Parts: sequence; structure tokens; C-alpha cells
Amino acid sequence: MRKTYYLFNPGRLSRKDNTLQYTAYDEQGLPGQVKYLPIMDVADLYVFGSLDANSSLYNFLGKNGVSVHFFDYYEHYTGSFMAKEYLLAGKLQVQQTQHYTSKTKRIALARKFVEGSAFNLLKNLRYYQSRGRDVAAHIDQIEGYVAALPFANAVPELMGLEGNIRQTYYSGFDRLVPTDYAFGTRTTQPPQNELNALMSFGNMLCYSACLSQIYHTQLNPTISFLHEPGTRRFSLALDLAEIFKPLLVDRLIFRVLNKREIRPNDFVQDLGRCVLKEPAKKTVVRVFEERLKETIQHRSLKRSVSYQHLIKLECYKLTKHLMQMEEYKPFKAWW
Amino acid sequence: MRTITATHVKYYHVCHRKLWLFDRDLWMEHTSEAVAGGELLHQTAYPQRAERYKEVSIGGSKIDFYDPHRRVIHEIKTSQKLEESHIAQLKYYLWLLEEAGVEGPTALLEYPKLRQTLAVALTPADRADIPQWLTRIQQLQSDNTPCPPTINKPFCRQCSYYEFCYVGE
Repeated sequence: MRKTYYLFNPGRLSRKDNTLQYTAYDEQGLPGQVKYLPIMDVADLYVFGSLDANSSLYNFLGKNGVSVHFFDYYEHYTGSFMAKEYLLAGKLQVQQTQHYTSKTKRIALARKFVEGSAFNLLKNLRYYQSRGRDVAAHIDQIEGYVAALPFANAVPELMGLEGNIRQTYYSGFDRLVPTDYAFGTRTTQPPQNELNALMSFGNMLCYSACLSQIYHTQLNPTISFLHEPGTRRFSLALDLAEIFKPLLVDRLIFRVLNKREIRPNDFVQDLGRCVLKEPAKKTVVRVFEERLKETIQHRSLKRSVSYQHLIKLECYKLTKHLMQMEEYKPFKAWW
Repeated sequence: MRTITATHVKYYHVCHRKLWLFDRDLWMEHTSEAVAGGELLHQTAYPQRAERYKEVSIGGSKIDFYDPHRRVIHEIKTSQKLEESHIAQLKYYLWLLEEAGVEGPTALLEYPKLRQTLAVALTPADRADIPQWLTRIQQLQSDNTPCPPTINKPFCRQCSYYEFCYVGE
């Protein structure tokens, strides 16, 4: 099984024969320890630190289907290097486009994404409800919005409902994490407090994980249904991320804060922006990876599958919907 | 008319749904360990195989090992599990060669891991059947043909499309 590698430290990545060689730079910027990563072990690379590389490395990565995702100092996703598309399916592409341009087909799919997302985030709230946190009012309110989903007949309306659901959900967060943190409202670009910073970082990891999986299927990552297809974003990954954020990101936030794996002094505040310090980023990435590798017994496949693989299965279901084989049912945590 | 390859013929004898999906470029092989294993076997099974064997492209299909002097096709497979489809694939190669004017070609199906080989020949009955296979494959390739249902066979679990077909909810 190929793995995702996260590069935090500055260094040089190069091709060495048929394997990858990583030379870390020390504080003076001088080459230090050398590590080797067998290419067949690498699924993709996430680059957070400054990386030196040349085109022969990218040719090598491209030939082996390894993508590289880049993030800036503030952990924003800035772009990806993707190998030449190796899975092209014209008929699927035509279908995907038609499902976007037809108002009825598009809204049917968009609604599924919101439904799946709402189901999974309610699951989180119910879990904490059963452990004595009082979030009953939030659950009721969200259920009210969910009941309205079938009557929304335009995508902006759905987005509005989705916004309300999220807002209600976030307003319950203060009851689920230690009292050191107050969520207030969701702020992005920049996130203004600790919870928002964690959430932005986690969502970004989730988005990239979805993109990586879409990339290994024939779906076109730029044609989306709930989110408006953007010219600068792989917006289909945003659609899929909606479904998986409650399981992959929100639960991670509760865990690292409640287990105090991350503490208030793991954040830096500067100029109205809150950023995770480097060791904290590593913690989040480690927990996120553990989560992606965690397996569940799949009901219909009768085999154990990892969370990461669940994202790919979601791509298969979407493909089947687009090819008019089987109606898409969003992933709903069944345990 | 779309091209028909030997892979189409092989899948036609395994699962029509697989053929339908494969024909629409919905490939799963890139994720399959079984396929990677087969490729490795192909590269390593007969290191001493002589130079006289050629790779031949014919009618949109590719024969990996063909000996033009003795007019013998060699085809390497991992296991006998889907032998019928392997035989069909070879018969299709033989038929293509005959159509191209090669006289009396023969074929050998090789299972190096089982240390077994099997000779395959084209019978008059096959010569009548093959055009029928091709007609049916063309039907499945048509845009109006919906995807055939899953076949629920025990070998589905080994197929690279298993998760695609049976993922359900």
C-alpha cells in the first residue's frame, strides 16, 4: 500500500537511480541527513517546508503517478503537481458535464452531498449527546434544516441550508471541547482563533485527500455539483470533502483537544490571524494519517476498508450515478 | 465502428458488465495487484525465450509472443481459473491470423506457475462462432446499451472491478 509523505523540513528531493533521495537542510542551510524513499511506497507528497527539486525529479514522479501538493507558510493549499492524466474516459466526462448543466440532475446530486454531510455531522453530535454533553437543541435544529432539504430547488438554496447546518453544528462545538477554547463564529482567510485554525488546517488536509483519490479514478476533479466549478480549484474535491469532514476532521479536532495532544500554547496569534506551530501541525497530520488508515468492516463489500479507501469508493458510486448505472447514495456512517 | 481488441473478446467470455465498463475506458486495472502480478510473471517467466519471438499488432490486438517461422502464438497466464476466456482469446488471435492470410497457425497457452501448457486450435465451429461474438460485442459497445447487471460469481471477489460493482451504499 502506497503512503502519503509529508515534508515539513526544508531540504532537497532528488531522483537517485530509481528511488527518491531526500537531503534535509540544517539551520545554516547546509545539507545534512540523507533519507531514501522507495518510489513504489509513495502515493503522494505534501510539501509544507521549502523544497528544492529539479525537473528530472518531476519527470520521475510524473512517470510513477505521484502527485505533489504544496502549501504556503500559513498552511494554505497553493497548488499541485499532477502527473499527466492517465485515466481519461470521454463518455464519463460528457456525462459529468451533462449532470452539471442539467438543473434537475445537478440539484439531485448536490442535495445528496448535503444530506450525507448532515447525516455524518449529526452522528458526531449524537455520539457526544450519549456521553452527556447537552447538544439536543442543536440536533433538533439541524434536523429541521435536513427536513427542508428535499424542498430546496436551487443550488444556492441548498448552499444556504448547508451553511445553516454548519453554523448550528459549530455553535455546539463549545460544549464538546475543553473550556480553554471558544469557537465564536467560523472565520477563514484568516482563521481568527484556535478552533478555526485547526478546522482550516484539517479541512485542507481532507480536501487534498479527496483530490488524491479522485485523481486515481476517471472523474474530472474540476466539474462539481454542490460547489460551483471553479477555475482555480478542484471543486469536486470540495463536494466530496463535505461528506468526510465530520468523520475525518471534526472528530480529529475533538480528539486532539480533549486528549490535550494540542494545547493553547501550540498556536501563534499574529495580526488577527491564528496559526498552528510546527510541532502541532505534525501532530494534526499524524492523527489525520492514523485516521485515514483506520479500517472499518464494509457492509456490502464484506471486507475491511480504510477511511482513505472509503473516499475512493465514493468516487466509484459517483461514477455509477453519472453513467446511469445506479443512483448515488452518499456515504453515511452506519456504526 | 469502435475497435474490438482481444481484451474485449476475453472479457466477453468472463463478464459482459466488465466488457461494457472497459469499453467505456472505465479501467480499474491500474489499482489491481493481480494485474501487476500478471505483468511481472509475463516479464520473468521465460527469461531464456529466444529472439525469434516477435510482438505482433494485428486488427487492433497485440500478440505478445509470436514465432513467425513456426507460426505459433504463446500466451502466458497466471492461473487456470478463467481458462475458457484464455482459450477464447487465443482462438481470436488464430482467427485474426487466418483472416490475414497466415496458413495453419497454432497456439500454446502457458501457465508457468502450474508448469502446464495447453495447445489451442481453431475448429470449423469456432470459425462460425467468432463472428457472432464480435456482433454481440458491438451491441454492447453501442451507446444505447445500458450496463449489464452484476453476475455475482465467486470470482467477482478477485476482479479489479469488485469494489466498483458491489460497493452499494
